[in-house]
Parts: sequence; C-alpha cells; structure tokens
Amino acid sequence: MLRSATPWWRGPLLIAIAAVATFVVTAALIRWAGGNPVAAYRYMFINPLQSKFGITESVLAATPLVFTGVAVALAFRAGYWNIGAEGQLLAGTIGATWFGLHAEDLPKVVAVPGVLLAGAICGALWALVPALLRSRLGIDEVVTTLLLNPVALLVITGLLNGPWRNSATGFPDSDVVAESVMMPIVWPGSRVHFGLVAGGLLALGCWWYVGRMAGGLRLRAVGLAPGAARIAGLEVERTLLVTALSSGAIAGVGGASEIAGVAHQLTIGISSGFGYTGVIVATLAALNFVGGIAVALLLGVINVGSFSASRALSIPSTMGEVVQSVLLITVVAALVINRFKIVWKSVDK
Amino acid sequence: MNNGPTSSIWLKEIRKAYGATVALDGVTLGIRPGEVHALLGENGAGKTTLMKTLFGLTQPDSGQIEVDGVPTVISTPRDARAVGIGMVTQHFSLVKTMTVAENLALANTRLIRVDIEGARKTAQSANERFGLDVPADSIVSELPVALQQRVEILKALAAGCRYLILDEPTAVLGPRDVDALLEVVRMLRDEESMAVVLISHKMKEIERVADRVSVLRRGSVVASTEAKGMTSKELVALMVGAESQREPAARRATSAHGKVVLRIVGVETAKEIGGLSGVSFEVRSGEILGIAGVSGNGQTDLVELLSGTLQPSSGSIEIDGKKVDPPRPAALMAAGMGMLGEDRHASAVHQLPVVENLVLDQLGSFTKWGQLNRRSMSSRCEDAIKQFEIKATSEQALGTLSGGNMQKVLLARLFGRSPKVAVVSQPTRGLDVASTWYVRSLISAARDKGTGVVLVSEDLDEVLELSDRVAVMYRGKIVAIVDAADATRERIGELMAGVAN
Amino acid sequence: MIDVIVDLIAASLRIGTPLLLAALGELITERSGVLNLGIEGIMYASAFSGIAAASYSGSLWIGLLVAVITGLVAGLLLAFLTVTLGVNQHVAGLGLTLFLISVSNTINRILFTADGGQVRVEPWKSIGFGGPIFDQYLFTYGTLLIGVPFVWWLVWRSGLGLRIRAVGENPEAADVAGIHVARTRYQAILIGTVFMSLAGAFITLAYVGQFTINIINGRGWVALALVIFGRWNVGRCIAGAALFSLVNAGQLQLRLVPAFADVPFELLLALPYLAVIIGLAISGRNVPYPSSYLKPYRRL
Repeated sequence: MLRSATPWWRGPLLIAIAAVATFVVTAALIRWAGGNPVAAYRYMFINPLQSKFGITESVLAATPLVFTGVAVALAFRAGYWNIGAEGQLLAGTIGATWFGLHAEDLPKVVAVPGVLLAGAICGALWALVPALLRSRLGIDEVVTTLLLNPVALLVITGLLNGPWRNSATGFPDSDVVAESVMMPIVWPGSRVHFGLVAGGLLALGCWWYVGRMAGGLRLRAVGLAPGAARIAGLEVERTLLVTALSSGAIAGVGGASEIAGVAHQLTIGISSGFGYTGVIVATLAALNFVGGIAVALLLGVINVGSFSASRALSIPSTMGEVVQSVLLITVVAALVINRFKIVWKSVDK
Repeated sequence: MNNGPTSSIWLKEIRKAYGATVALDGVTLGIRPGEVHALLGENGAGKTTLMKTLFGLTQPDSGQIEVDGVPTVISTPRDARAVGIGMVTQHFSLVKTMTVAENLALANTRLIRVDIEGARKTAQSANERFGLDVPADSIVSELPVALQQRVEILKALAAGCRYLILDEPTAVLGPRDVDALLEVVRMLRDEESMAVVLISHKMKEIERVADRVSVLRRGSVVASTEAKGMTSKELVALMVGAESQREPAARRATSAHGKVVLRIVGVETAKEIGGLSGVSFEVRSGEILGIAGVSGNGQTDLVELLSGTLQPSSGSIEIDGKKVDPPRPAALMAAGMGMLGEDRHASAVHQLPVVENLVLDQLGSFTKWGQLNRRSMSSRCEDAIKQFEIKATSEQALGTLSGGNMQKVLLARLFGRSPKVAVVSQPTRGLDVASTWYVRSLISAARDKGTGVVLVSEDLDEVLELSDRVAVMYRGKIVAIVDAADATRERIGELMAGVAN
Repeated sequence: MIDVIVDLIAASLRIGTPLLLAALGELITERSGVLNLGIEGIMYASAFSGIAAASYSGSLWIGLLVAVITGLVAGLLLAFLTVTLGVNQHVAGLGLTLFLISVSNTINRILFTADGGQVRVEPWKSIGFGGPIFDQYLFTYGTLLIGVPFVWWLVWRSGLGLRIRAVGENPEAADVAGIHVARTRYQAILIGTVFMSLAGAFITLAYVGQFTINIINGRGWVALALVIFGRWNVGRCIAGAALFSLVNAGQLQLRLVPAFADVPFELLLALPYLAVIIGLAISGRNVPYPSSYLKPYRRL
C-alpha cells in the first residue's frame, strides 16, 4: 500500500538508519582486513576534508562522477534505463584523444570547447544504436547499452595497442595531447580543472531543462506515465530517443573532461567504473541534478579517503567501492520503505 | 426480503463502502441448492461486489456469511473453495499462455509433481458429464472466449463447488454460445443439485433459466421473488426504479443545434466476438448524444475507435465535415476531437502537479522559445480551478486529489481546448454524489457552449439526464436513436436488455 | 578444414558452458517476472569465493559448494530487495553487482594479493572420450546432459515451474488460485542464482584455474541478452549460446588465418558482443516478455 502522507522526519530517519547499516556491514569487512573501522571511516570521510590537498583531490575525483551522475539521472528520469554510461564516457575519451592529438595549432579558446564537443558527439554516437533499437523496435535498452561497455574498452585497447601506441615509450598509452586542449586549472594550486565547471554547468542545464522547458515536462511525463503521456498526444518514442542521445553526450563530455583536464593522455585504465558509479550517484541523489553534484562530491571524498585509508591502515583501496555500493543498497531500500508500507504479515498459505 | 432459514448460504447485512461510496448497504440474501438464482441490477448496483465478498476477493466491512447455518469467515478464494463456493469472474483469472490442463492444475500443484494427467482426466470427465467440450491441451489464448469461459467453469467444478457464481457470463457470448451455456447451467442445477448464482442484465436469459430473482439497486435488495410469473417489464422496472424525483440537470429547452460536427458512417471493427458492426450516427454542435447500453455491448470499442486507438476495418469518421483518414489519435486531436477516457488513472500522471497535467496536451500554447511559460500556465490553472471548482492547488500532485477533483482537472483539460467534438466515457464512475452532479453540469455547460458531446455511460440515469438524444447499443450495433422526449426509462431499459418491441 | 571445425566446436562447448548455465538461471528468474541484474556480480563473487575456498581447503568440491552458497546468499538479498520491498529491479540488481564485485576484489586483496600473489588452484581437468569434441570438462557434460533437461523439466513439467510461469504471466490469477506469489518468486530467484554461481565457479575452478580482476568480463550481461534472444525458451537459449560461443571461438581461430592477421584482435574480441546486439536487433522486436516483468506484486 502506498503511504499517502509521510511525516517529514521519516525520510531522513530512514536514510540515517541506512547510513548506520552501511557502516555496520562494512565495519566487519574492515576488521577482517586488519583495520580499525572507526579509524578507517575517519580516513574515508573526515581526513580528506582536513587539508587543501584532500579537498581538491576529492573534488577532482568527483568531476567525472558529476557527468555520469547527470547523464544517468537524465535518462532514468525519462524511463530510459541507460546502463551504458561507462561505454559512452569511454567513447568520449576516444573522441577527445583524437581531437587532442590533432589540435596543436588551434587557439585554446577554440580547442577546449572543441575537445568537449568531440567527447559529446562520440558519446552520443555510442548511445545511438541502443537508442534507435528502443525507440524504433521497442528493444530493451538495458542489455544493449550494457553490452556496448566492454566493446568500448576493447576499442580503446585496440587503439592503444595499435595506431595510438605511445610513440616515445612504446607502452599502450597514447601520446600526450596537445597543450591547447589541456583545460585550465580553476582552483589554483590544485589539479581541479575546468571540467568541474563544465560538469556543474551541465547539471544546472539539465535542472533547468527538466524543470522549466517544455521538453523537460515531456520527459518527466514520459518517464512517470508513458500511457498517460501518449493519451495526451506526446510523442513518447521521440522523447526517449532524444533523451538517450543527450545522456550519451553528457557522459561523453565527462570522458573528454578526464582526458583534457587531468589525464592528458588515453590509457586503458582511464575510467575506474565512472559510468557504473554514475548509477549510484543518480540513485542516491534521487535523480536530482543539483543533488547529484553533492553526491558526486561525497563519493569523491570517499574515493580519496579510502585511498589514504588503504595506505595508512593497509586495508585494500577497493573498500571505498564497497562502502559506496552498500550505501546504495541500504539507501534505496530505505527510500522504498518510506514510500510503501511493507506488509509483513504472511499471506495465506 | 430474505429467503428464510432453510437457505444453504445466507449473506446477512453485508455492508461495504469504498471511501465515501457505499457499494453494499446491508444486503441480506439467501442461496439455495438446486436453484438458479438470478442477481439483477444496473451497473454499480453492487452485484459484483456482493459476490466478490462471497468468493473472498474482498472483505465486507460488516455483516456475516453463513454456510449451512455455520458462520464462516471467507478471507481468500481458497477459503471460499473450501466451503464449496466457486466463481467465474467477468475478466477471467486464467493464465493465457498456458494450456487448459495447466490452468486447471494451478490450484493443486505440489513441489515436483504437477498433476497434468489428473487435470486432463478431470477435464475429460467433466466434458462428458456436462457436455462441455473443452480441449485439455489447447493454449488458453488460442481458444475462443466462450471456451475460455468453460475453462473457468471447469476450474470451479474441479474444485468441487456446490455453489457456482457466474458474473455476467453472457456478456461476451454470441447467441449460440449463450444457448449452450444455459444448457450447462440447467444441467448443473438438475443433475448435480448445484446452486447457480447468475449475475446478469439480460432479461431473456433470466427468463429462460432462473428459478429465483433478486434485484439489487444502489446497494440494497429491492426484491427477491420466484422468477415464475415475473415479466421482463416488471423486472426492468424494479431494476431501474420509478421515475426519480430529482430534478435533472438543466436539459436544453429547445433543440437549437448547430451543424454536424461528427459523422460516423458504417463503421465496422473486426473482432471475433463483440466489435462494432454497421455503426452510423451523427452528432451536432451543441448537442449531447448519449450512448446507453449494458457494459460489453460495444461501447469500449466505440470509445477506442473515436480516440484513434482502434482502427476500423471499414466505414469512415468525419469531423466538421472533413474525413479523418486514417483516424489515428494525433489526426483526430488535430481535427478537433477531445477525449475523456473511462479510466482517469490511465490518463493522469499522478506524480506531476495539477498545473502540468492540465496543459500536457497543448504544451505548444504555453511555450515560449522552448521554455514553459509558467505564468500563463498558472493563470490558466487558477482559472480552471475557479471555473470548475476544483478543490486543489495548482502545485498539488494530481494523484493526491480525490477522484472527483481529478476528473474535474481532466475535464478542464478537455473542455479548455473548446474541442468541436468531445467523447466522454464513464465520466462519473466511482465519484461521490456532489462530484457526480458537478461533472454532469460541466458536460452540460460544454454542450451549451457549442461542443458536440458523445456521452458513453453505463449509468442510465446519467444518460437520460444529460442527453438530447439517446443511442442504445446492443451487441455492437446501434439498435435505436431516441429523442430525449421519448426516452423513458422503461423504453431504454428494454432496448438495452435486447427486449424487442 | 575438418580439424578447424572440430576445434571450433570443441572450443565453443567450453566457452558456452558458463554462458548457458547463467542464462538458464536468469531464464528461470525472469519467468517469474523478476529481472536479476546481479547476474554479473553473482558470477564474479562465486568465481572468487569458489576458488578461495578451494585454495584454503585443498578441495575443489568444497570450493564449488562455497560458490553455490555465495550465490544463494546473494539471491536472498536480491529477492528481499525486489520481491519483499519492491525496490526498482534495475537499481537493486546493478547495486548488487557493484557490491559483489567490490567485495570480492577487496577480500581477494586481503587474502591473496596483498603480497603480490594470486590465488591459484589446480583446476579440474577435462575428461576425454576420444577426439577434441568429447574432451570436455565435467561441468560441460553436466550442463548439457543434466542441467538443460533439468531446467526444461523444471520450467515446463514440474509443479514449481507451473507456479513460476503463472506468477510471471498473471500474478493476480495465481494469487486467486492460492499460489503464494512472493514465495514463488523467491524460489525462482534462488534457483537462478545457483545456476549463476555454478557458471562463475566453472570459470575459476575448471576453465582458468586462477582468479584475476575482471575475470567475468561482461559474460553475465551476455547471458542476460541470451535470455531475451531466447525468448525465455530453453531451446532458443541454447541456440543463442551456441551462436555466441561459435562466434567467440571463431574469432580466436580467425586470428590464425593469415588474411586476418592484420585485423586488430580487439575488434575480433568485440565481435561476439556485436553479434548479440545484432541478434537482438533482428529477432528482438515485440518479444513476449512475461507479463508481470519488472512489476512488484502488491496486494491492494
């Protein structure tokens, strides 16, 4: 049964319970790793905020997550289950690298938008086939977007082992991109780059679009009640197609931002699951765009913190991912419990 | 109005309300074995609700059920089956992709074994005994509807029921299948001494087979007598009641109608049972054409046709003199057709606020440079709220509104566009009295402003109250179109029930 | 020429085993109306826990048992989230996958690789009956000779299968017939995860003999696609798995052909995934999803 009225405190309370549950579950794992859970959490959550370096590195780590979180939230809002943000981001890195390797003669004011645009186009292209299959043929996008993720990685591997192999070292990472493409640092004395600004702008743009533009209302209606939207004369399939491509484009810009902003070259490990983490960001932010920025920052802190925790306490650095995924599960359970009264009594035998 | 202490099943003072709507108002009824008991009443009278409480599909708010004198609590269909009650609902509870035998076996599955053989044998013996002719290994979705119904009956029989409830069984059957079904009913009564409760509107069929008739009206039993000696006319009169004292909503004094805004010519829809055949009518600007009929006689197809979701196999639709071909939703809407569907929840985006739902079908008028003009949307919404007396704020989520207010929003959306033709289907279903009155006056007002309205409703009162002309549908055809002045309850009721003149 | 074909078939059988196992598991689950996106994570975690247990206990069979238990626990979690709570199935499944992968990697680090080592076991060997095609792992024989008939019997002939299919097509009707919808879905999910965990265990305990990061490499998603391609039918799933495995084995062989020597092998590696997408595009239109797919059942 849907709860019709929830007291204002129930939501935050349940989320708090979710957070506590997360800590309890991961504490066991931390202890097994030989670490002190309380110390580990301090490293994960508090420590990064205690130094400028920690803060800026957290913001840096959050940057790609802003893009993928926004991309996934946009798609999910329309009822388009885009699980392929990872591949779309990787496609963006490819486009950005190509652009970056050929942009030596461009002035910076052209090159930077150009590289981001290249990322957007490639990301959208990577999203095109699943989007068409869904809107024209009604084929489930979950599987098609998922399958293209490993393909994107294979393309990168192929390029890096082949034509883009580093000319100097012979290793499978690309040459460094042109200086003109490298995005300016926006926080002096750190590595935080223009990509953060771009991501923030895209998040705000999506917030504006979905909330204020006619197309955004169409998107929301299609996502919430496609049947009612159709009855009101809205073109459901076209909305899905446009949304899917936009989602891919945003993820692609995220990839470009990684290349042009911090990595400056393409490597096989360019993405550490940013696209999948984007699903965590979007869900924890309840598909809000501005909230997604905050959640991305939180996850950025956890990423940086778990890295220093791993060094200080000798616990594996993957612990941060564990915390994130457990948090996802507990929060999402809490949100549902908040909205529906779970009937615990056993049904008739 | 009860059947005495010798009844084998006795429903006592059953009360059931859905929110503010009272579905059953203290119903007391007896069911005896070896008897076909017809349960008669208009849509919304409470017949299905009453039987659902007997079968455990819903719980009464108060009252008691006695089986063989023993008070029994029936909270699930399993409990009902345990005391020998079986029901064939209007929308079958069948798994369409499975075979008949598998459907039969559903109630008796164990972990490993599924007794398909047993189910087949049951089907076989029932086929022989009752002449049912159900092929045990056919997939349900491939069977004609009449046979699907037989499967449902078989399910009940296989569970050993002594009381079989059939809810509007002939609504989906052609004449020959009806004959066959009534044969089966007779056999069950005579040879098995079963009690059969037949929920129906169809006078003819009740005349043929019923031993006893109980009439429900607005949640109460108004009569319960032996069927012998009751004429159709008397039954219809009981069912629809005497002329009500209530003043109908402003009916047009003069027939000052305008030009023809909707013309349907010779429309057929291809369907195995049901569907429309040779439907033709006209609607003029400033008039309400009411479509009366018992549910299941083609009204749904007609509404789907007019909304564009069902394409005709022949015939044409003209709006304002121009043929709409092919009559798809976008084209019909562009030509000036508006629709209020029978399920308001399927037309509502519950999580979005009232104001956004209100403008959803004409976003173009509220968009400037791609951006929503919130101010004009707001003022439109405020106007609608005032004009239609909607008890809500523009920012409230549509899903939190009461049924009546939600309906008003959808009507505001429909009539706000001043469509040439408005098709309104079951506009007051499930609404309380006040909202019902209001919605009806809204429809009248739209008619006064010049819209041609097609009113499809199972509520005969409503049709009679609002319509300038009444078309009666029976088995996919329009059997008569009657002017309001000549449309008496008795006459329309007879036409609805297929009673020839 | 014949040798090439024979080798191709032999390799396909090996490659196809985990795919078919996982697909069969997902088939059973989806037949009850539930999507299990945790499939990749369950294969991953079972692959890891299996080999970890085998390494510690010295027995591959104990490893297999632990792998299956891992799958069951994961299945319980998914079932609780999606059936009892009614959480969005895409998010629950994906969250489960991310969780299982990160936990497995973490425990791997704790137990094995902290010092730069890697968990290894002496894997099961294949059992030969003469000729490359009949030189397969016990798993493969088991899957084809026991697994497939079992699943077919389960879904199409057993009482549980009838209930699962009824719940997947029309949970209301099943409820009226007295079937416990939630319990049936739990059962379908758990049986499914057993198969998925067997698939994962096969890869580490038989096929490879060690655990590396990214060992599953998207095979779970391929299995997911195979179920849709197979329209939730055992026979068609086998056909899809065979097709994919043949393409996969084929691209391995193709590399040896001189004409294809210059084609980057990554492109060939990508071929199987692309083949699945093309297969879906061709046959995936208007596919008959179980009618209650993705819908939590809530009695109102």
